[in-house]
Parts: sequence; C-alpha cells; structure tokens
Amino acid sequence: MRTLEQTTQEVLELATKHFQVPLGSLTPTDDFFKKLGIDSLQTLEMLSRLENHFGIELPDYEVQGVSDFKTLAERIQSRL
Amino acid sequence: MLDLSKYQSVGSALRDALDQFGSEVCLIEADREREKERLTYRDFKNRTHPLARTLQDAGFAPGDRASIIMTNQSKWLISAYAIFFTGGVIVPLDYKLTPDEHWQLLKHSGASVLVTEYPIWRQLCPSTGRVNAQNVRTVLVTEAPPNADLAGAQRWEEFRAEGEPAFVPRKRSDTASIVYSSGTGGRPKGCMMTHENYLEQCVALTSLYPFWPGVRYLSILPTNHAIDFMVGFFGPFTCGAAIVHLRTLRPEYVREAFPKYKITYVSLVPLVLKNLQKGLQARFDALPPGKRRIFDALVIINKSLTKGRPRLGISRLLLKQVHAAFGSELRTIIVGGAFTEPQTLQFFYDLGIPVANGYGLTEAGTAITVNDLKPFRADTVGKPLPGMEVRILNPASDGVGEVAVRSKTVMAGYLNDPELTAETIVDGWLMTGDLGKFDPAGHLQLSGRKKNMIVTEEGKNIYPEDIESVFEGLLVKEFCIFAANYIWPKRSMIGEQLVLVLHLETGQQFGDELRREINIRNQRLLNYKRLHGLVLFEADFPRTASLKIKRNVLAEHLATLDSSSVILPL
Repeated sequence: MRTLEQTTQEVLELATKHFQVPLGSLTPTDDFFKKLGIDSLQTLEMLSRLENHFGIELPDYEVQGVSDFKTLAERIQSRL
Repeated sequence: MLDLSKYQSVGSALRDALDQFGSEVCLIEADREREKERLTYRDFKNRTHPLARTLQDAGFAPGDRASIIMTNQSKWLISAYAIFFTGGVIVPLDYKLTPDEHWQLLKHSGASVLVTEYPIWRQLCPSTGRVNAQNVRTVLVTEAPPNADLAGAQRWEEFRAEGEPAFVPRKRSDTASIVYSSGTGGRPKGCMMTHENYLEQCVALTSLYPFWPGVRYLSILPTNHAIDFMVGFFGPFTCGAAIVHLRTLRPEYVREAFPKYKITYVSLVPLVLKNLQKGLQARFDALPPGKRRIFDALVIINKSLTKGRPRLGISRLLLKQVHAAFGSELRTIIVGGAFTEPQTLQFFYDLGIPVANGYGLTEAGTAITVNDLKPFRADTVGKPLPGMEVRILNPASDGVGEVAVRSKTVMAGYLNDPELTAETIVDGWLMTGDLGKFDPAGHLQLSGRKKNMIVTEEGKNIYPEDIESVFEGLLVKEFCIFAANYIWPKRSMIGEQLVLVLHLETGQQFGDELRREINIRNQRLLNYKRLHGLVLFEADFPRTASLKIKRNVLAEHLATLDSSSVILPL
C-alpha cells in the first residue's frame, strides 16, 4: 500500500510528464490551474491518466473544486 | 411545427408526451464505456409516478419549491417531472458551487425539498451554512452506499409509494422554476421563470432546430443551465426524442459517445468547442502531405457547396472520416453560455458541421437570437428568434447601444427583489446590459457590456460583487473588484478578466506580503472566478451617504487611466 507521500510524488511525476514541464518544477501545494495555465477540461484529461496509473476510477465529482496536487493525491489515496 | 398552445404548464405538456411516445427511448445513461440505463417514455412515467405520489403524501403542496443539485443524469429529469406533476416549482442549482453557496441559495429560494446525489450531500452536511437553511425539511439522496450515514436524509430510491399521484394543473403565469443567474456571494438573482416562458421558448427554438423520435441529444452542459434544461430536457421530451447522459465528462468518453450513440445534437460551451477544434486541427496537421492536400481540396469544395446553406448529405460524403468521428448523424452543434470566436465557428462550418451560435440570458428564457444558418454567419450571434422583439437603446453614432428584449419568454422577475426587477424590466422590456447593434441583414452583433460582470468561456456569469467577500479584511484602506471590460471597453466579449482595485493606507507600500495574501485568497475562489490583475488607485473611493462605494463613479475615474499600464499582474 502506498503512503500519501508516495501517491503525491507519483501524481506530481505524472503531471510533469503529461504537461511536459521540467522535472521538479511542481510542488504538492501548487495550484495547477495557475502553475500550468490549464483549464478544467485539461484537468479532466490528466485524471484519466491518473486513473490508469493507480488502477482506480475517480468520479468527476471527486475533483470538483480541487486545484492543488496535495488534495488531488488525498482523493486518490482514499480510493486505493 | 410543434404546437404547445393547448398546454397551460410544463407538467401538462410533458404528461401528454409520456403517453404519446410511450415506446420510444427517452433516456440513455452511460458511465465510461458502460451503458447504465435505457428508459422508454413509459419507463420514465413508471419511475416518476411513485416519487410524485410520495411527495404528495409527504405534504408537498402546489407552489412548494424543491431544489435539485445533481450532475446530469436520469434521476435529475425524473425528479423534475415529479415536482412539476405535483404542481411544484423546481430550483435547479449548479452542482459545482461550494456547499456554503448551495445553502445560501437554498435558504433564499425557500425550498422545502432538496434532491441531491450522495457525494454532494456528503459535502453539504458538514457545512456551517446548513443551520441557516431550516426551510429545507426533506432531503432525498440518490445512489447512497448501503451503510452510508445519511445525516437525516432519505434514500431517493426508496422514497416511493403505491397508488397513482394526482396531477396538479398550473396556470401559464405561475412560476415553474427559480433559476439563479448569479448572486452566490452578494445579492442573489433568482429568476422566476413561468410555465409560459418555457412553453413559448420551446416552440420558438424547435421551429429552427426541431426534434423528433429517433433524434439523440447529448446532454453535457449542466441541466440546471437554461440551455440544457430546454434542449436537453423539455424540448426533446415534447417531441419524443432521446437524451444521452454521460456520468463522466472526460474528453475521451465524450468523443466516443458521438459514434456510439449516433448523436444528432449536442450543446457545448465555447471552451469545449475550442478544445474539439484543437484536437481536430492536430489530427489534420498530422496527415501525410499527399492526404493533406486531398483533404484541403475537399474542404474547399465543401465550403463552396455549403455557402448558402448547410447540405449535410454532401458534406458527409465529401468529408466522410470527419463526420464518422462524430457518428455521421450529427446535424448541429449548439453553442452557448458565452461568446464564441468567429474563427472557431467557421472552422466547423467549413467541415460541414453547422454550429448554431446564439445569444441569450437566463432572464430572457434561454435564447434571444440564434444563427439560422440561412446563410451561416460566423461574425454575428444570429437573428431574433420568432416571438422576440429586440431593440437597441440609445445607439451611438456607430449604431451600438444597449440590447433590450420584449417577449413572452422573459422572466416574471427576480425572487424577493422587486427593486432589482424594476431596474431590469422597464415597461415590459428586459434591459440586458449587453451592447450591440444590428447589421443590415438583421443579424445582431455584440460588442461589449454596460454591466459590471464577465462571462467565461465555460459559460459562467461572474459578478464582481459576488466574490468581494473573499477579500474582506485585506490590510488596505479599501478595495473594489471590477470587470476590466466594463471600465475599459475593448469592443470584444472574449477573454474577459476581473481586476482588484486597491486604495492603500497613507504611506503603505504594495509589497510581497500583500501580494501573497491576495494570491492566497484568490486561490480560495473556484478557478473560473479568479482575479487576473490589480490596480493601485491613489484617491478615496467615492461613496454614498450610507458609505456604499459609488461603483459607477469610481469606474469613470478608473476609465481615465491607461489600462495597458495600470493593470499589474497578480
């Protein structure tokens, strides 16, 4: 079983790859809308990638109002 | 042409439709690649009546209000019809609001019943706002896990009684729904929509974009939104068409839904339409040079053949693969909720996929103008719908003035706010606060706003007053939020932004700490409500005798400043 720290790290790594930003440029508390300049639709695209990686189904409502990687990782962790 | 003249209410029109189209499919619900449900009109009726009966048994009386906070799904529509059947008024709320905002609007609406989904209820329960909305006495929760703590709510699935419910007739002038166009942080704007508003709008819209049994409408915009309520519920139901709901709105599942369910119509906000355009353009750009030349030639031929009007058969033949990706049955993409860039509209039209753009307000009963495609005009928001009188008030030398509307589709007024109603509806004319002019062909062209608000590409209306509470207590002398386009009109309705105007204390410097504090508070707002810049203003804000900021006077002062240098990034 992953720890929350491991999950958070994996979320950051996947977001780094998905949005093709420099390694280490994202931190858990970053607001991904602002930091990555993405919209809600691009966030949904990232979720599918996270679902495949963690082998879970993450309903759209779980990410309603979430805008930082840490909270996103917590939502994933609760479904692992 | 659809004739609803014999009906007095939304409920009575729907009741007849359920009987008339009994064996036709009305709802398909899918979650990812799984189809969860497929209901005929008869099934729909059988699901609704026990719910309506239980509501009546529980004392839900004609004119009582029931709120729905749900994502797009079959239970949304079943609940809405049960409420109409019993003579109730629906209060559809945006499920994306925060729990505190939900409770605030639930209190304002006076709803006695709330229908919601378990995950939303789970977030609503711990919110402190709940204590203020004691008017909500019955809560029905869908899809709750078997052992879930419902915190006083009841299971929607078990809230059903034996026996036929009694249909409650309503008058055309009665309120059918209360739809909030804004006001979650400030002055709630609950638009009281009458049964007549919906019946008239339905006839007007379907005269241009008809539904019939076999048509499939993909419902993506939230059903609480005026557009989806009309073209993703009431319109298709009165004509025997089917609605497809997706529980997951990831782009890949939306893409799959078009060919899988042979979609005929879909409504999108400009943001999603642009995303589709981006995806298609990338695929065209990746074609090998030879294929790309052939493709470009076919697009040119299609453009020339569809210049006067859409010719779907020819376009589907010429650009077969593009249309196959959309299921080969797509007739029109309806786009609304915000202004769409002409090049995006043209892109789709050139591929033989007509995009019906338009212009509307919740207060006007959804759409005021729609592009009738005769011929297609990407540079306008179309002509007024049948039954709509549209005037340009006090036009300037270039013909631009405030757009005013008079029609049977205009709301009865704002709930509990006669003062705001009187300001908004003057001598029967709805003052839209939007600026525009008519061209010689009778098409409306929008060019800015007279009102202090923005509309995002996701179709969200944001009023500055509604988000100011987030910045209360900021360590400055005073502050105010404005729509930049209101102060410095740019004659465009794209990329609108909000700015924070700060007046610092004497001797106070704008430093990193204050900037950090503003950014922290800004992040508390939902992403589409966030500020984009700030302006440092060096004088006292003009105020009324009761010390309220005179926003219009302050805006006039700000307008004398150069926006290109005065707005600082956050």
